[in-house]
Amino acid sequence: MLKDITIGQYIPGNSAIHQLDPRTKIITLVLYMVGLFLVNNVTGYAVVTGFTLAVILLSGISLKIILKGLKPLLFIIVLTLGLHLFMTSGEIIWQWGFLKITSQGLRQGIFMALRLIFLVTITSLLTLTTTPIALTDGIEKVLKALFIPAAHELAMMMTIALRFIPTLIEETEKIMKAQMARGADFDTGGLLARAKSLIPLLVPLFLSSFRRADELAMAMEARCYRGGENRTRLKQLLMGTRDYFAFGITGLFLAITIVTRYMV
Amino acid sequence: MVKEMIVIENLVHKYRTPQSGEFAALKGVSLQIAKGEFVVVIGHNGSGKSTLAKHLNALLLPHSGRVLVNGIDTREKERMWEIRQQVGMVFQNPDNQLIATTVEEDVAFGPENLGIPPVEIRRRVDEAMNSVGMSQYKTKAPHLLSGGQKQRVAIAGIVAMRPQVLVLDEPTAMLDPVGRAEVMETVFRLNREEGLTVVHITHFMEEAAHAHRVIVMEEGQIVMEGSPREIFAQVDRLKELRLDVPAMTELSATLRKEGVKISPDILTVEEMVVALCP
Repeated sequence: MLKDITIGQYIPGNSAIHQLDPRTKIITLVLYMVGLFLVNNVTGYAVVTGFTLAVILLSGISLKIILKGLKPLLFIIVLTLGLHLFMTSGEIIWQWGFLKITSQGLRQGIFMALRLIFLVTITSLLTLTTTPIALTDGIEKVLKALFIPAAHELAMMMTIALRFIPTLIEETEKIMKAQMARGADFDTGGLLARAKSLIPLLVPLFLSSFRRADELAMAMEARCYRGGENRTRLKQLLMGTRDYFAFGITGLFLAITIVTRYMV
Repeated sequence: MVKEMIVIENLVHKYRTPQSGEFAALKGVSLQIAKGEFVVVIGHNGSGKSTLAKHLNALLLPHSGRVLVNGIDTREKERMWEIRQQVGMVFQNPDNQLIATTVEEDVAFGPENLGIPPVEIRRRVDEAMNSVGMSQYKTKAPHLLSGGQKQRVAIAGIVAMRPQVLVLDEPTAMLDPVGRAEVMETVFRLNREEGLTVVHITHFMEEAAHAHRVIVMEEGQIVMEGSPREIFAQVDRLKELRLDVPAMTELSATLRKEGVKISPDILTVEEMVVALCP
């Protein structure tokens, strides 16, 4: 049950998107988002849709996996669509009782829903095509380039978190089983009762996590860990022609979105 | 003369607890360990053996007495990292000492901290994974490995730092018999083939049988010291300390009590077979 949780799920592959430097992917993602929030008309959305579909095709990730990633957001997407659809005032094109749809509402609703869908799609594409290690490495380098202090520490925290998620999930299941064997009930009762039933689960979990953290810190120190200074890395990040090309394309995309907003 | 790798002189270490005030975990321990030696430390829970281990790479510092590693006093603050590079440590829980999300990244963690150039790290990581027989798992995530495999990765992570001494603090305590055998085989081979000095702390007497020297600790002091044969021949003394002896040693002691003429220092099944059916 808990094993279904996937954070930063990576799908191995050899596509052009997979092979991009993580830094390139992070920076172009930010540029893409700027473009996505700039567009405000049909031409603009057509450009964004085309570009997004092209990137998905290029990544070799099946549409099914991406749609699956959108599922948890279905509610928010429908809500956004609905609110815009019925709440925007303007030229009425359909009416039933107090419910009315305006053409402006229809337009706005579809635009907002698309914006949300693309936002999630392209972000999940980043984690789907980048290994967690490459991603944290990329984040560390980008943060450092922005002169954000504690970039290394943040990246190290992410690495350790990723490393321990499966371990802690395993442990949670073990504790749950142990408590269930003693008669604990996690599945029935109201919201409050269920929340209360989590206490005997969370207390041992927290205790053991602190113990783990303590031991891990000791093991890290024993292996000469002393922060990010003078630290080298096994894997070096290298930008190549492919990356410059990606920057070029994304730059072009951004330029076109600006044109569609202000000139079309 | 054999060079002394580790010299411990009159080491005292005290823990302060809120309940009972000061408590001496080590009460004047003196010990010398030669280069290339395989020393096993056995003793009860709370006998001070883990505390002793943590003194070997300056994770703990002496309250009095001193610890010299390859001639360096562990209290020399500015050489602490040099000591930790030379004395690698493997802990009990394999889950709580692996840091990275893949095996090779984890093995690289130590060398990365030492600031070694990437090309050299790559070479060391490959070598280290080879020497513990984990090369085929290099891109696996640690949580997918068995306990024994995790401990071997932890050992590889230490080996990649090219230490002189390997300190193992009950590395087999949480493993099944298969995992235990895997880890011990790896450690023995590193000692034999690469000349690594090994200090191995354990509960399992069988693991002590092949050591060069066995040290028995009780209440923060060394109470027995000698070759495995010398130590395990003293079955009654060990029982007094509430310690086990290897199964075969125990059997030979029982047989001797029943009047069978058999040597008291039998350690392994093979030796027992030879002794009983000459």
